[in-house]
Amino acid sequence: MSDQFTVTVTVNGTQYERTVEPRLLLSDFLRHDLGLTGTHVGCEHGVCGACTIVFDGEPVRSCLMFAVQADGHQILTVEGLGTPENLHPLQEAFWEAHGVQCGFCTPGFLMSLVPFLEGNPYPTEEEIREAISGNLCRCTGYQHIVEAVQLAAVKMRT
Amino acid sequence: MKPAPFKYYAPTTVEEALAHLAEYGYDAKVLAGGQSLIPMLNFRLAQPAVLVDLNNISALFYIGPDEDSGLRLGAMTRQRQVEYDPLVAERAPLIHEVMPQIAYPQIRSRGTFGGSLAHADPSAELVAVSIALNGRLRLRSRAGERWVPADEFFVGLFTTVLEPDELLVEVALPAMPPRSGWSFLQITRRHHDFCMAGVAVLVTLDNRDQCEQARLVFLSVGDGPVNARQAAEMLLGQTPTPEAIRAAAEKAASDEIDPGSDIHASAEYRRHLAKVLARRALTQAFDRARGG
Repeated sequence: MSDQFTVTVTVNGTQYERTVEPRLLLSDFLRHDLGLTGTHVGCEHGVCGACTIVFDGEPVRSCLMFAVQADGHQILTVEGLGTPENLHPLQEAFWEAHGVQCGFCTPGFLMSLVPFLEGNPYPTEEEIREAISGNLCRCTGYQHIVEAVQLAAVKMRT
Repeated sequence: MKPAPFKYYAPTTVEEALAHLAEYGYDAKVLAGGQSLIPMLNFRLAQPAVLVDLNNISALFYIGPDEDSGLRLGAMTRQRQVEYDPLVAERAPLIHEVMPQIAYPQIRSRGTFGGSLAHADPSAELVAVSIALNGRLRLRSRAGERWVPADEFFVGLFTTVLEPDELLVEVALPAMPPRSGWSFLQITRRHHDFCMAGVAVLVTLDNRDQCEQARLVFLSVGDGPVNARQAAEMLLGQTPTPEAIRAAAEKAASDEIDPGSDIHASAEYRRHLAKVLARRALTQAFDRARGG
């Protein structure tokens, strides 16, 4: 058993304090210790993008960070975006434009795209494809996702 | 798919980090952005007893001007920050052009400039580019510090001259001389994957439009970055005609690189790609040198 560390982290506006082993991945911390299972775990080596979260305003892979490194930082996960009754415009757009099929990759796409659209309200198709280059989807063929992002950009501008 | 246990230190100063490295030596691994190391830990390809995490050492995160229009970067500067930094765009256009091609946006949010160099992946863009730009690396240990040219820093597959008690703390990039041109080209199966072959080029012309300096550094075609010195030598003092460029590209691809075969590409195909990329990159670099 290695040493234990106390981590204080703000996730979706709520502050949590937990004691963790340093080897605990941030993705597992979110899912197992905080019960926030919206963040999905796919490959655990930084390829699939399913575990993407927003860390201090930037998209990162939560499987490539340790929970202990999140001490004192701000995290946004898919649970912080919208609720079933009140979807975030990006979620609405994914629904309307059929950007979701099995849904496994969706949280990672959403969390990659939130900071992207905030920084780039008028993205070109090429820029959208760059922004999602680090997220794998095995269902949609990406076309519907790209269309969802274009729709979301319109919604988020108005 | 979970890391083995390790002892964890997150020092806030370089001195503290160096003390940990001095104490644990080969048992310790330095954690920078973690975008290469943590996958290796997850797969248990690496099982260090101790991790020294540099992410809380604020003194290692900076981009600043160096004398004579050069640049200095703290080793922990995030790749994303380098990508969007106006001073980098102005003073190191080759780096500015390369940054968006490195891995994916999420990886660049965490990945660091120095971490990529210290990891010494032969397919890393920044490794080849730092040699092409004649970069210098500042290494510190408790015993003192030394500056090592990027060209001498990399010694093979994932291997550098860093001693177990040494830390890469800073990268200095000199300004490109006037009438210089640059290019970076790579070919990947899918955008942003590790490339099958790539090349970084820096050339300088004299006032008679002859090649005064040339550097041609390949990635993904050897155990480490390949600085094609013989090809560069062939260009010196020459007018960079299409024939001279073609001859240099052929020299580099046939005699200087040592590509391997894997599931993505055969050695023979990599050699072909290297030759074509070298020709295109030299052509673009000389065009840019003439234009500016």
